[in-house]
Amino acid sequence: MGFEVLLKGSNMSRLLVGLAVALRISMISVAISIVLGVILGSLMTLKNPVIKVVSKIYLEFIRIMPQMVLLFLVFFGTTKALGINMSADTASIIVFSLWGTAEMSDLVRGALSGIPKIQYESSFSLGMTTAQTYIHVIIPQIIRRMLPLSINLVTRMIKTTSLVMMIGIVEVLKVGQQIIEANRKSSPNAAFGVYATIFILYFLVCWPISILSKYLEKKWES
Amino acid sequence: MDEILSIKNLTKTFDDFVVLDHINMDVKKGEVVVIVGPSGCGKSTFLRCINAFEKIDDGSVLLSGESINPSKGKQNKTREKVGMVFQSYELFPHKTVLQNMILAPMKVKKVKKKDAEKEALVLLERVGLLSKKDSYPHQLSGGQKQRVAIVRALMMNPEVLLLDEITAALDPEMVREVLDVVINLAKEGRTMVIVTHEMLFAKAVADRMIFIDGGRIVEEGDPVSFFENPQTERLKKFLNSFTY
Amino acid sequence: MDLDVLISYFPKYVEAFFLTVRVGVIGIGIAFLMGIISAFIVYFKVPILSFIFSAYIELFRNTPLLVQLFFIYFGLPKLGISISAEVCGVVGIGLLGGSYMAEGFRSGLSAVPGSQNEGALALGMTKSQMFFNVIFPEAFSLSVPAIVANVIFLLKETSVFSAISLMDLMFTAKDLIGLYYNTTEALFLLVVFYVVMILPVSIVGNMVEKRVHYKMFGV
Repeated sequence: MGFEVLLKGSNMSRLLVGLAVALRISMISVAISIVLGVILGSLMTLKNPVIKVVSKIYLEFIRIMPQMVLLFLVFFGTTKALGINMSADTASIIVFSLWGTAEMSDLVRGALSGIPKIQYESSFSLGMTTAQTYIHVIIPQIIRRMLPLSINLVTRMIKTTSLVMMIGIVEVLKVGQQIIEANRKSSPNAAFGVYATIFILYFLVCWPISILSKYLEKKWES
Repeated sequence: MDEILSIKNLTKTFDDFVVLDHINMDVKKGEVVVIVGPSGCGKSTFLRCINAFEKIDDGSVLLSGESINPSKGKQNKTREKVGMVFQSYELFPHKTVLQNMILAPMKVKKVKKKDAEKEALVLLERVGLLSKKDSYPHQLSGGQKQRVAIVRALMMNPEVLLLDEITAALDPEMVREVLDVVINLAKEGRTMVIVTHEMLFAKAVADRMIFIDGGRIVEEGDPVSFFENPQTERLKKFLNSFTY
Repeated sequence: MDLDVLISYFPKYVEAFFLTVRVGVIGIGIAFLMGIISAFIVYFKVPILSFIFSAYIELFRNTPLLVQLFFIYFGLPKLGISISAEVCGVVGIGLLGGSYMAEGFRSGLSAVPGSQNEGALALGMTKSQMFFNVIFPEAFSLSVPAIVANVIFLLKETSVFSAISLMDLMFTAKDLIGLYYNTTEALFLLVVFYVVMILPVSIVGNMVEKRVHYKMFGV
């Protein structure tokens, strides 16, 4: 059924290296998104009208624009508009960070504004300083509210990185295509085996993360 | 000098609206002062001024002879000495009952964890919640949460305890268990300033009653004469609106 | 930007737009049905079927659409199952969307409080009457935000179709960039058409969400 091609030579390890390429891009983007998302989300709670309008437009644009379109905009658009030749790698990290920052900032804003002012006062009334209040009372609550959803974002990020093959990055799907092409004669059914394997690989990466997210959500529900 | 709290000409405005208008009040050590008044009369704002949550526009609040002023940036030192319990409990949802109680003593007063826990368990025992020490707030009833909030405030050994409508959000059958705790604290000689709508409770616990209306103290006195023989029309009308 | 180029590209985009919308709408319709069926089967714990459907939901929620499409479009023909790119797109969106919708309905169902059940049983309803008259409508309205989010997500996912040579908006843009190098115009029209396609859904979705919220909570 085409699975045998993966046992030939280094084919399977090539596939795994391809998967690592996709995972690397998503992990870097997640890290950037968390930092920028926390900053933007905190700014959004300030109720500054300029920040409000700009962030609203930014969030809505990201919300309705397919990641694939964003990839093309950044990869081909910037080359054309700014005359810089951006690597596909950089372009995809920029796009996924733009997307992740938008989602994270909304989560941070929601979590921050969900904690009532009186909860801060309750901590102050026990004599705690502003710093102690944030460290021991507010931030732990925010993390509990955000973590399950942010982990969920990680799986979506990983799944979406499969798109980067469309701007020429050699990740797992592209490696798969190459293997199928190279073994067209010896294994005519390679397409089934290779794509089924990639399907399972993605599942094995994302499923445990989804379970963790669900578990945390349940644990911290109330 | 047994006056713990001394408030002189306290005035507080929101925009142009005068919420508190030259309030004077002294509280002696061990005294329980109960403040009543119609909603929006400024009594909760008054408590918040004592705890430096609101900036005072005029007048002064002295705690053991030291001035409380939120603009000085030393509020946390003041608040260490003033305990406050809120209508909505405001326990920390991510911490167990015991963790809620020992957090501030450990972080603010640098009490050792073991000592803080020992003290917490004694207090929990006294309010009948020892078995709940490892529960999270969402596993408790309103009355239980409020009892925890009270003992959490006691953990800091405050010189004055402020109670802001602590039974207003509770089901009637839970009011009792919370008020019993407060009555016991009064018997022990805790200094308290209480805002409440529970007139029977006020009568039972107060050393002195204060009636605030329109941002001013309209009438004050010992509970017996306050309830049996009100002097002003406004207090008579206010008391008549309660059937007890 | 060259206006003549925009005008000459415009008809191609309109054509691609309708193809994208057609495949998207049919796919989302299927996703909706798949979602309801899966949620029912899992909710009622139908033996065997509920295991199969749970597995389906987890498999498709945790893999990328692009990989699913490659498997269906290039992999399955090796087993003798050959379908056109358009049908593959519909099936892909339907299966992927079904797993997301099922999850949305499931969380709606689990959010209906148990007291409602007792309320309905006390009125003398049978269990199935109760389910269809009380639990399901309420669960459905609780699921509305998730459904709206899923519809937007699935419409965005249609951009992946270009990878299996379906002549959608993305494919058209890519094609024009490759052929004539009028990148700016091609990308501009791409963004415009996606805004036209998804922004109304987003706006209507927000309104519906608010109304449902109003109906349920009165605020």
